[in-house]
Amino acid sequence: MNARASGNIAVEMRAISKRFGGVHALREVNFSARFGEIHALLGENGAGKSTILKILRGVLAPDSGEIVVDGNALASLTAKTAREHGIGMIFQEMSLVPSLTVAQNVFLNNEPLGRTGLIDERAMRERSLAILRDMGVEFDPAALVGDLSTGQQQLTEIAKALSQEARILVLDEPTSALTASEVEILFDLLRRLRSEGKAIIYVSHRMDEIFQLADRATVLRDGRHIDTRPIGDYTLATLIADIMGKATRDLLEYATDPTGSEEVVLEVRNLHSGAGAGASFALHQGEVLGIAGLLGSGRSRLARMLFGLEPIASGEVLIRNEPVRITSPQMAKAAGMALVPEDRRRQGLVLQHSVAQNIELPVLGKLSPSPFISGRTGREIVRDIISRMNIKTHSPDSDVNTLSGGNQQKVVIGKWLATAPDILIMDEATAGIDIGSKGEILRLVRELASEGKSIIFISSELAELLAVSDRICVMARGEIVQTLDARQLVAGDHDPHSELQAEQKLQLLLQQGRRHG
Amino acid sequence: MAEAQSTHGSLGKLWSYFRQTWRQNIIYIGFAVVFVFFAVTLHDRGFLDPNNVLNIARQTAVIAVMAVAMTLVLSSGEIDLSVGAVAGLASVTTAMALSAGGLGFGILAGLGTGLFVGLVNGVLSTRLLIPTFLTTLAMMGIARGAAMWISDTAAIPILNSDYAGFFGSGNLGPIPSLLLWMIVAGAIGHVTLRHTKFGRRILAVGGNAEAARYTGIRTARIKMAVLVISSVTAALAGMLYAGRLQSGRFQLGEGDELSVIAAAVLGGTALFGGRGTVIGSIFGALMIGVINNGLILMGLEYSQQLIARGGIIILAVALSQKRS
Repeated sequence: MNARASGNIAVEMRAISKRFGGVHALREVNFSARFGEIHALLGENGAGKSTILKILRGVLAPDSGEIVVDGNALASLTAKTAREHGIGMIFQEMSLVPSLTVAQNVFLNNEPLGRTGLIDERAMRERSLAILRDMGVEFDPAALVGDLSTGQQQLTEIAKALSQEARILVLDEPTSALTASEVEILFDLLRRLRSEGKAIIYVSHRMDEIFQLADRATVLRDGRHIDTRPIGDYTLATLIADIMGKATRDLLEYATDPTGSEEVVLEVRNLHSGAGAGASFALHQGEVLGIAGLLGSGRSRLARMLFGLEPIASGEVLIRNEPVRITSPQMAKAAGMALVPEDRRRQGLVLQHSVAQNIELPVLGKLSPSPFISGRTGREIVRDIISRMNIKTHSPDSDVNTLSGGNQQKVVIGKWLATAPDILIMDEATAGIDIGSKGEILRLVRELASEGKSIIFISSELAELLAVSDRICVMARGEIVQTLDARQLVAGDHDPHSELQAEQKLQLLLQQGRRHG
Repeated sequence: MAEAQSTHGSLGKLWSYFRQTWRQNIIYIGFAVVFVFFAVTLHDRGFLDPNNVLNIARQTAVIAVMAVAMTLVLSSGEIDLSVGAVAGLASVTTAMALSAGGLGFGILAGLGTGLFVGLVNGVLSTRLLIPTFLTTLAMMGIARGAAMWISDTAAIPILNSDYAGFFGSGNLGPIPSLLLWMIVAGAIGHVTLRHTKFGRRILAVGGNAEAARYTGIRTARIKMAVLVISSVTAALAGMLYAGRLQSGRFQLGEGDELSVIAAAVLGGTALFGGRGTVIGSIFGALMIGVINNGLILMGLEYSQQLIARGGIIILAVALSQKRS
């Protein structure tokens, strides 16, 4: 009798529920993975995937339900019991120490000791090498992790889990930062681990990977278990339909009539940072050009290249038909561009400074001709922006970090509006903010377009892209693979059914952009 | 009833305002407490004697001048450990140039020394991307060594009385010129940090260098500028020492970097950037001066003074930390 033989259940979650305040993150979810299978866990952002992963890791305890592992029914796991039961997590955000070697990372906090009671470095290296060989990969265990490629770092993470005798491996979006050849190595390894009888739980937004790799798929939506089936039962279209469901986000109320003119404000030709054909597109005056793409498709890099924050390997940028070479944000600003960056806390704001100071920062040069700050002009600009953006703050002098996420984001957008840009690039401008602020931002984007500003709107949320864009570029591997008319995509006016179909169609294009491209 | 409530309300408001802001103003409260404490306990030992008070100001002024520039450096998220050594080096170069080429040459040599060291610090930190902690730590040794070398470890006398009077030993009416230097440096530093675009950019770079870069601020240029300002100010401090003692000596300014950083942090400037107050730094320097003087008047031995001073500084900084 071998409970750990392939085909037997490795871990089972029964009727798991978890609430955060009034929000049901999980409602009576059932989920089980078997030894010797790769099991895909699928769902949109907020569907409950990460809550399940946190429960498996022992970081969160479920409110009700039970977890059966190794024949024991448990109410919850802790980080320690999860490890004892052989659950190993491969983190999306790497959990390695870059200044330590591969071997030191693999055995971090679990170091083999010699007879003297000191760490036995040699045993550590030899055992790491053996694990890496078993995995079928070869690199030096004495190398510093910081010197490795992202793919090798990922493999080191897996080696770390295997060194702790993990039998259930959980991978969260492991390929988002990997190159194509690194992905192949990872997939070969996962298939091999499967044939050795490991249970592999695999989370990814990339459907092509799921179809290549998974044996079964479990779909979650809004915290509920929707279905678990062998992957062969699904087609790409039916899987997407399962994941997205029948309800729509209903953001179309923010859509307006087209505002774009014929005049091209910004033209980009074969712009790329490394290899590949690069991105080409044209942005018209008064237009909102949406950019859709999966994680790692190069959307944010495109924005940073345009704004002079990242070097351009080759390609051309033309502003109003004039070729320009923008190599710094100062130049981009002078050319009438503004960038609302992806990470507002790290890239957008000085958090311990006031709302007023943050808004004034990009326009300091314009406040007065002298080196001194003109208090009155500054105050006026700040007051205008606060009222235009409807920023809810106790006073302009309150620190930005006392504001809610939505209001912080409005400060970032506002500080760039203060520069009166012609071209506004917004990268995930509504990520992680409340629904009220989100609506205000979408309405603002349409307003700005009707005032003649040209906007590049990058977003992962398809419903909002469809609502706010005039045209949508689909991006994959740094290229624009397709450009669509957003209004043609949403055929019937304000028909929730057609909106949903448009979202599904766009999702299909995103996935295929990666598949064929 | 309503009236009583409103009185209560405004008192409550005052109390809550005090509770929110006292940590930011701890330096002024601390300075007042320490000053009053010594004024009362050391009344009969002449603490409040005008000569003693002016003496404190004289001894503190040079540290305060350097603390003004250090406030800018710390606000930008950098540090300058070479200020004391640069002061020593500039005192020597000034004294040598004075005897060789007169007043103008002496002043130019002193300030030029600071400019040169500042540019080297800046280039190493912004081009080679060596952290300023390391560049300026190395520069501390280099500057001190250079001063010893060119002066042959001897004190170089300053016979130019115009120089000595203007830099450090003279008085303007009843006011020592050192005190005027402190006030002028403080006023310029305060206006720069609070009311100029440059000051605002310093704070932004120190608060979040990446966001500053995304906003189109040339962060390397800002760092370069504050390091040059710091070295030139340190050279000026060395020239004040030289004027006061009427000689240039390589030992001048030894250990000042720690007093200067302590004064700035005590005054409410963040050690890791983004927040700074020049006036606070000056009061920080004055407070250290008052403590030193008081402890001496109390008759403590030097060893006891060191321990007591360290304890008071830790207490003041601990009180000013934000709890979160």
